[in-house]
Parts: sequence; structure tokens; C-alpha cells
Amino acid sequence: MIKTKLSLTILGLATALVAGPVLAAGGHDSKLPERQPWSFAGAFGKFDRAQLQRGFQVYREVCSNCHSMKRVAFRNLSEEGGPQFSEAQVKALAAEYKVKDGPNESGDMFERPGRPSDKFPAPFANPEAARAALGAAPPDFSLLAKARGYSRGFPLFLIDALPIPGGAYQEHGPDYIVALLNGYSKADDPNWNDYMPGNKIAMAAPLADGAVEYTDGSPKTLLQYSRDVAAFMMWAAEPKLEERKKTGFRAMAFLLVFAGLLYYTKKKVWADVAH
Amino acid sequence: MSGPSTYVPKSAIGRWFESRLPIMGLMHSSFVVYPTPKNLNYFWTFGGILSLMLGVQIITGIVLVMHYTPHVDYAFQSVEHIMRDVNWGWFMRYTHANGASMFFIAVYIHMLRGLYYGSYKAPREVLWILGVVIFLLMMATAFMGYVLPWGQMSFWGATVITNLFSAIPLVGTSITTWLWGGYSVDNPTLNRFFSLHYLLPFMIAAVVALHVWALHVSGQNNPTGVEVKDVKRDTLPFTPYATIKDGFAMVVFLAFFSWFIFYVPNYLGHPDNYIDANPMVTPAHIVPEWYFLPFYAILRAIPDKLGGVIAMFGSIAVLAFLPWLDTSRVKSANFRPVYRVFFVVFVLCGIGLGYLGAMPAEGGYVIASRILTVYYFAFFLIIMPLLGLFETPKPLPASIADSVLARGGSASAAAAGAAHAPENK
Repeated sequence: MIKTKLSLTILGLATALVAGPVLAAGGHDSKLPERQPWSFAGAFGKFDRAQLQRGFQVYREVCSNCHSMKRVAFRNLSEEGGPQFSEAQVKALAAEYKVKDGPNESGDMFERPGRPSDKFPAPFANPEAARAALGAAPPDFSLLAKARGYSRGFPLFLIDALPIPGGAYQEHGPDYIVALLNGYSKADDPNWNDYMPGNKIAMAAPLADGAVEYTDGSPKTLLQYSRDVAAFMMWAAEPKLEERKKTGFRAMAFLLVFAGLLYYTKKKVWADVAH
Repeated sequence: MSGPSTYVPKSAIGRWFESRLPIMGLMHSSFVVYPTPKNLNYFWTFGGILSLMLGVQIITGIVLVMHYTPHVDYAFQSVEHIMRDVNWGWFMRYTHANGASMFFIAVYIHMLRGLYYGSYKAPREVLWILGVVIFLLMMATAFMGYVLPWGQMSFWGATVITNLFSAIPLVGTSITTWLWGGYSVDNPTLNRFFSLHYLLPFMIAAVVALHVWALHVSGQNNPTGVEVKDVKRDTLPFTPYATIKDGFAMVVFLAFFSWFIFYVPNYLGHPDNYIDANPMVTPAHIVPEWYFLPFYAILRAIPDKLGGVIAMFGSIAVLAFLPWLDTSRVKSANFRPVYRVFFVVFVLCGIGLGYLGAMPAEGGYVIASRILTVYYFAFFLIIMPLLGLFETPKPLPASIADSVLARGGSASAAAAGAAHAPENK
């Protein structure tokens, strides 16, 4: 009895030590982004092609004026698991860009129309040029959706890993991007953002209702634009997401069946032994 | 186990080979007839799981090296090339990156099992110390591996950890410069980390061979902590009994591992490591990988830099002295009611330190880290030596076979008791 009491006391003490600071903490300087309804979240998630295509349109017409996307090639746009434009569309699109190539036989660099195998050309020659023109160098788009995030804190962050509804959640980056694009809350301060760490952001609100002409009848609202471009950025950062989840289902099914067979074999082998 | 092999080759060529190099006999005595205590639970399958993980890491690592470029200007880009353009590259990289975490999950379970059941006690002191050496090599390998993608956390993690050596009096700065191969973390650092990251796993494999050898000389511990008295009554041959059980556990572990690879591959990573390393921009919070967090918390709990470094390395070094710090005559915590409580608190303390390691080093977090650090060391240096002298252990079973029979008996007796006394429910 005394021992039980002792152990309970020690356990309580330990719990208090661990939990105390958690409760004492808090006081964020920026708000926590809200979860968005992503088609690609969860174990069976897939990108919405139309959404990726709209997101690309937003990127091309607005974001790409300042942001590079140097790790993505034109050809990726027609690959499986992405926006899946047709190869002819991609070829025509690439040809609209000027790409620096060379040197040629006479040793000179030259410009030529883009090819599907080219990466997206950057709007500025280097980060210094971007900084000189804009005041700050805009981050490259290729990995941004995986390079940003937020933590829901202990213990909720544990749930984000679990195989339960609302679990297996890896979409913190796109959530953050949507929140950021909708987080310009002070009309008198264009560099104030509710979600930016420290609340100071160099980029003024880049999107507003009606900024991009959608042709598929989707709402031309800031929220829709930001969701579409964030989905597109997630694809740009993780182009093999669909292949990964599809392969995962096969791997898990195989392993679980195999584990089941091994379990019964093990039971059979051990059946005649006391253990 | 040790001693002459009982292996008899069936073919003429087998006999010819065996008389020249008895490697089949070695395999036979190590993995077929090797006697394993019949009462082992599933915590004893983690040795096999760890061997599997070492193999997975080496194979995926060798493939990744075929596509990786260890240069500050190309490392990050080559990792993205693997993720985007190499066939199955995303699978190789996510397996390798998450494999490191799985390796540590398995090794922590393996170590805590040893701690709970007293597996470090005589005659397994050398076996245990070899394990501590493997753990140290693993930590070095994992740390250097995390630097290779050359993201922001790679770079700043490397900067923080290599800077620790500058705390050594007199020669600290020279040692740090020597480690870096320059005056900051730069291309020479990346190159040597890559070289060593490729070397160390093979050193781990060699120490694992010694670890298994030592194990097969002393034999396995078991949940009762009572040594094997009668090989016939107390043990079962490794094959098929342990083989099938280990195989089942490995596949279950692989399913757990696969969940991370395929569905939450970046859960255990940090978003900042998807940003190119930039020596001019320091991340808001520099945090190591989760498996280093408890030790990182100990480092930061000490207000003095050198003291913190000594405490951090000491927290691992102390493990090597466990066989002599624990004065108890009884191995298994199943028969040590008071130790069991302290053990549970120790596990919670480790988790708490891990949590604190991820938090900023300020205010209440620092105070909590200090209290838990004190408990961490007190557990090994005060509780273990004293408890062995004062604690009254429960009576031990006469043998492994007796404990197995008693458990079967008490289970049915308890069931009968419950049926006869429903009011106790």
C-alpha cells in the first residue's frame, strides 16, 4: 500500500514537471493557421487536376512576376500525378518563355524559345537583383509548401501522425500559405500579416478577389485563389505524392497480410511448447 | 553458442568446405541450434529488428550515394534530383531518412528492455558495453547523415554541435577548426561528414558482429533474469522458434515503418530543412532530430557551456558503468517492486527531456530541464547503487521452466478464483 502511494506520488510529480511548462507556455506572436479541405490529404488523397491547373494559372499570372520555381521543369506539368496538361499544351507553353542557352560555335550565349525539358526561368537573374528591385528576395516556389509549417503543439501534433480520420496530416505547409495570403488584416499597414512569424512581411497582399480570370466557372475569390495556388505549390514541392500514396497502399496491404500469415505460422510452431 | 559445432554437412562438397572454413557450422550454431530461453517476450525481437534496420540503411544509403553530390553548391540540388527525377528516388530517400528514426525507436526500446530486465549484469557486461559503443556510433552516423542534404537545419545543426568542442579548455578552438577543415562549417566539413557517414555504418556492422558473438557466449537474458539451468527444460532452439517469432515482429515493424515512408514521410523532419543552407540566415529555433532531444535538453540545462557538454556526453558514458552501478542481486525488475517505480519515472523523465529539448531554452523550460537532468543522473548514480542494498526483491522462480509452468498454473487459478468469488469483482 505504501509502495503504491509512493509510486503514485512520484508519477504525479513527474507528470506535473512535464505538463507544467506546457500550460505555462503559449503567447504566440502569430496566429495558428486553420486546416483547409485538401483533396490530397490523408492516406487516399489525390490532387484535383482542375485545381492544380487553376493554381498554375495563378502562379503564372501573379506569383511568377517575383517568385522563381527553379526545380520544376515544363515537362513536369504533363506528367502523371500533376496538373496533367497535354504534351502539346506544355510544348506551346514552354515556347512562350525565353531561355538562355549556349555558348554556341562562336562562343556567345543566346536566347531561344523554351522546351519542355527546361526548368522554369527565374524572373530575376539572381537573388541580389530581386532584392535590389523589390527590397527583399522572394523565396523560390519549388519547395515552399514543404519548407513552411506550424505545430499544433503537444499533444495534438501526435494525432497528425496517426492512421485515423484527420490523422496522417502533412498539409501544414499549404494551410500556412492559405492563411498567409488571407492574413493581411490591417488596411493601414500593407506589411502586416497575422500569420507571418513576427507579423512583418515584405510582400504586400499579392491577390485580391477578381485578380485572375478563371475559365472553368470557379469562384474568383481570394480564398479560392489561395487554395488553388497552395495546392499547386504542394504538387510542385512533392510531385510524387500520388505515386507515393498509391504504392503505400500496396505495401501496407502486402505487409499486413504477410504479418497475419507469419502470426498464425508462429502460433502453430509454438503450439506444443509451454512458454 | 560457444564450443564445438554440432553441424554435420550433408554433401561431399559441404564436408570438404567445412573442414577448411567452418562458416556453415558457425551459422548453424548461431542461428539454428542456438538455445533461446523459452519465456522471451516480444521485447526480445528488437535485436533482430535492429539488424534488419542496419541492412535497410546500408542498402538505401549505397543507392542514394549513386545520385548524391557532396558539395555545398550541389548537395541540396542533388537530393531534390533524387526526389524528382531518379526512379524510385523518393522511396529510397524517404526510407533512408525515416529509417534513421525507426533505427532509434528500435534501439531505445532495446536499451530500455536491457535496463528493465537487468541485461547488463554479469555475465553480460561486455555485451552491454559493446551495445553502448554501437549507440555512440549510431548517434555520430545519424548526426553526420542529417548534415548531408545541406538544408538550413543541416547546416545550423552542424554548426551548433561542432561548436560544442570549442568548450574544451585550451585546445577547444583548434579542435573545432580541425573538425571543420576551416574557420566555419563549409565544403570541407560536408565532404568529411560524407566520408565518415559512409564509413561508420560498416564499423557499426563490425561491432554488431562482436555484440552478437558476446551474446552467443553468455546466452540471452530473459524476463525472469534467472539464468538457464537446464538447456533441455529451459530453452528452445533458435530455429524454428525464434526465427519465426523474430520474422513476425520484423514484418510488423516494417508495416509501422512503411506508414511513415508512404503517408507521413516528413512528420519526423523539420520544414526548415527544405530550405537551402544559408550561413547568413539563422533559423528561429535550431532543433536537432527528435532522437537527440533528451541529450540536447541536458546540454542546455547546465548554465555553463563546458559543463553542459560534459553532462551531455556523461549522460551516455554513464551507461557503460551500469553493470557496476547496479548493486542488486536480482536482474529482472519484475521482482524488484521499488526499482520498477523508479524505472517508470526514468522513462517519463526521458520523454520529458525530449519534449524540453524541442522547446526554447527559457523560463520554466530551463528549470524543468534541470530537475529532470538531476533525476536522470540520480537514477544511475544514486538510486541504482543504493536501491540494490535496501530493496527486498520478490522470491525468484527456481528456473525458467518453473516460471513458465507457474504462470500457466496461476492464470487458471486466478480464473477459478474469480468464478468462485464474484463479489470481489
